[in-house]
Amino acid sequence: MSPSVPLQEMIRAIRSARTQCEERGVIQRECATIRAQFRQADNEGRSHNLAKLLYVHMLGYPAHFGQMECVRMIASPRYSEKRVGYLGAMMLLDEKQDASLLITNSIKNDLANSNQYVQSLALCTLACMGSAEMCRDLAPEINRLLRASNSYIKKKAALCAVHIVRKVQDLGELFAPSARCLLTEKNHGVLHGAVVLITELCECNPESLERFRKTVPDLVQIMKGLVISGYSPDHDVAGISDPFLQVRILRLLRILGHNNEAASDAMNDLLAQVATNTDSTKTVGNAVLYETVLTVLDIKSESGLRVLAVNILGRFLLNNDRNIRYIAMISLQKIVGTDHNAVQRHRGTIVDCLKDQDASVKRRALELSLALVSASNIRSMMKELLSFLSSCPPELRSQTASGIFIAAERYAPSQRWHIDTILHVLTTAGGDVRDETVPNLIQLITNTSELHCYTVHKLYRALHNDISQQPLVQVACWCIGEYGDLLLRGECQEMEPVQVTEDDVLDVLEVVLQSHMSSPSTRGFALTATMKLSTRITENVDRIRSIVSIYGSCIDVELQQRAVEYNALFKKYDHMRAAVLERMPVIEKNSQGHTNGDSTGETVKENLAVKVKQAEPQQAANQVCDLLDLLGGSEPPLQSSPALGSTAPLPIGTAGTAGGDLLDLLGGLEPTAIMPAPTVSVYDKDGVTVTLSCEKQSDSGLSITLTASNSTDSDIRGFTLQAAVPKSVQLHMKAPSGDSLPARGAAKVTQMVVLNNPNKVNLKMRLRISYTSQGSAVQDTVQVDSFPGLGH
Amino acid sequence: MIKAILIFNNHGKPRLSKFYEHYNEDTEQQIIRETFHLVSKRDENVCNFLEGGMLIGGSDYKLIYRHYATLYFVFCVDSSESELGILDLIQVFVETLDKCFENVCELDLIFHVDKVHNILAEMVMGGMVLETNMNEIITQVDAQNKMEKSEFFPFFSLSLYRRLSFSLPGRTGRHRPVLQERPLVPYQL
Repeated sequence: MSPSVPLQEMIRAIRSARTQCEERGVIQRECATIRAQFRQADNEGRSHNLAKLLYVHMLGYPAHFGQMECVRMIASPRYSEKRVGYLGAMMLLDEKQDASLLITNSIKNDLANSNQYVQSLALCTLACMGSAEMCRDLAPEINRLLRASNSYIKKKAALCAVHIVRKVQDLGELFAPSARCLLTEKNHGVLHGAVVLITELCECNPESLERFRKTVPDLVQIMKGLVISGYSPDHDVAGISDPFLQVRILRLLRILGHNNEAASDAMNDLLAQVATNTDSTKTVGNAVLYETVLTVLDIKSESGLRVLAVNILGRFLLNNDRNIRYIAMISLQKIVGTDHNAVQRHRGTIVDCLKDQDASVKRRALELSLALVSASNIRSMMKELLSFLSSCPPELRSQTASGIFIAAERYAPSQRWHIDTILHVLTTAGGDVRDETVPNLIQLITNTSELHCYTVHKLYRALHNDISQQPLVQVACWCIGEYGDLLLRGECQEMEPVQVTEDDVLDVLEVVLQSHMSSPSTRGFALTATMKLSTRITENVDRIRSIVSIYGSCIDVELQQRAVEYNALFKKYDHMRAAVLERMPVIEKNSQGHTNGDSTGETVKENLAVKVKQAEPQQAANQVCDLLDLLGGSEPPLQSSPALGSTAPLPIGTAGTAGGDLLDLLGGLEPTAIMPAPTVSVYDKDGVTVTLSCEKQSDSGLSITLTASNSTDSDIRGFTLQAAVPKSVQLHMKAPSGDSLPARGAAKVTQMVVLNNPNKVNLKMRLRISYTSQGSAVQDTVQVDSFPGLGH
Repeated sequence: MIKAILIFNNHGKPRLSKFYEHYNEDTEQQIIRETFHLVSKRDENVCNFLEGGMLIGGSDYKLIYRHYATLYFVFCVDSSESELGILDLIQVFVETLDKCFENVCELDLIFHVDKVHNILAEMVMGGMVLETNMNEIITQVDAQNKMEKSEFFPFFSLSLYRRLSFSLPGRTGRHRPVLQERPLVPYQL
């Protein structure tokens, strides 16, 4: 009968099984039959058996005993058996199985078969599961097929080549010339495969990228042909000629035009044409437009085109179709770093998307909103984000909470607002915040001494309402313990006064201690708070003593330890109690980014980094700086460990002068090795100067310091230096001190480069300088042929 | 790159599963179950893109799906594929199935899994899109089927075979053609 009927009978039998158990029975019987039949050498229905096995495999039952059968079937001369064999190979075999090596020879033979369908089977299987060894063996064959005359085979060979390049990157060289030739084909399938192959080659190898830049005119020509041509029934999808190929070519153009002026120029016209002519009422049109927009934004396009692209994205955002809105948000996310202002214009729509019912759209809108928060819109954005937090799906809550915290830290307009926001988050989503929120909040509270009264009142009220949110309870207990006297005094400028008696406070703390909702660490907080109150209240000290002694026999050892210690404090060391339990010292703010109310927080951080390294970029001076740190921290260190013993943070601005004073103190320690190293200016254009100074470290080693400064009136961001040296020289670039140059030479950026020249070749270095100034990106290259102080 | 193509029905039973990266059998079943779980929770008029999912949806991977009648067609892709393009590809795939099986419905997919695999192999190869022209795909698939049949039926004619295979009893129940029933979103191509 026809090859599939036995398969269908088995399927019917499986489907008629009424329970899972029956189904398993049927399948086990079938598998036993199949296994027995596999063992027989020659069998008429071999392909049926394997087909049945594959069906069973899809349902999830083990089918590994079919692997050798697949190998045997692939070697069979009959097409039907080969077909099922190859399908089985794709489903059951992978590179980890030994059996996969056995089919390499069969694939090789089939690739040379005269029948194109047999060849295509082999190509398909190789592309799906070819291991690295198989790919290496068969790569020359594939290359030969790329030049075959049959377009059906050519397109399959092209995609197979992509798989090979992914597995074994070095073989990319082998396919590059053939790939180039394929671009002249007329068949769209082959063109499509060729474009994918070239994309893969460019992505994995920058040299290929350079070489394939020459194909940009050809690609532009093909695109133009597709866009302008009239209706072609073969490739038309809703009025657009082969949109799949158009999208692929646009993507390749994007890769080729990225960071390259010449290529980008060649594409500008085409992109403008596609952007304006494509019909955006159908999904296909939108797909092509979307790809065009992404390309325009990624290459060095002219500003008019960029504006057009962002406008198209804005139109997408207002589209009724949710899919379009979703992808518009993805692309806005990609450009929010570079074209921030353009994206800000659409903030209103994005914030509205937070209220959409679709979870995917909400997720995208959340990420975008967090990226769009800035000092000017912080209050309104925070309101939206907080209302989103109360209604958002549970998987997004922790992301929202941490995003809100980061935004609040960066842009809080006032301390009180900051504390209010954090408290709000803790009351709404306390269970989803990260662990370090509690210490961070405590640190924040201790640092704002004028708000202690307000804070403790607010926390007391929150505690009164609800003791289930652990982080909130912990912070509240800590504050009540510390500032209990302020709470009991009753008066507070910022809130209406409410009379709180000592009994009320102790009641609340006792409830926390005894509640089953409190975690062990929360109880620790509560017990300590109770103890601290013993010095801050006047009347109920006995009550505190009794509470504390109860926990002396608590089963939680941590709590018991505390209780016993406090008990001892009461009994034997009562005279020390007041001193031990006085106010805690202020925790130093050491983490970066603490710039409450300062909208230029980031530049402040950068300036700090630059100022610290502003001392002469010399080894000797660095040693002096180390000495400075040892001597008690003249600058607030940017690492998180506070300077030894110092609790009072020195003002940041005196970094330079303090260093200078200490240098004087050291006097004789000032290393005589500080000779101003010979510096030479290697680049001076548009107000940006880069100077180079070098020092011989050893016979073949050389350390070069590059210093950049900016004398224009506007800040420069994203300043990066890249260097290239002759082949035998080893280059090691250290991290730069920063990447932004404030205007008018306020600070410099330095970067150390270590070279090793064992063969003593003539040393040359090519430097590429790139930065963004006033919104436009600048890139320049300069070659350094002579190095000062080296005598080359 | 397309990582996996899954077709399952409204109850989560797999009708086709093609993975372009190797997983062992248990993981494959887990992936199918998890994907079904995620996709079935979706409302009727939300967007067709899903993120999340532990096993197959990492940070770079998305699930793009379409719901036709009783079947979900799910493609798991990474960021190198155009999302709208994949939506159109799913449409082309279903239309090709429709042409090959004549008003395809779920039963066709159940009883002719191998044929569906063959059609898919002409469209997607090694995780990459191979051919999107429906006529071209159908021509190739027909030629290959003819070759296969000529090995078994040197004497039977093709039309006789067709009559034989369509006389299968029991074609009741899920007889609704896939393409004509309530598409999720009034898809426009």
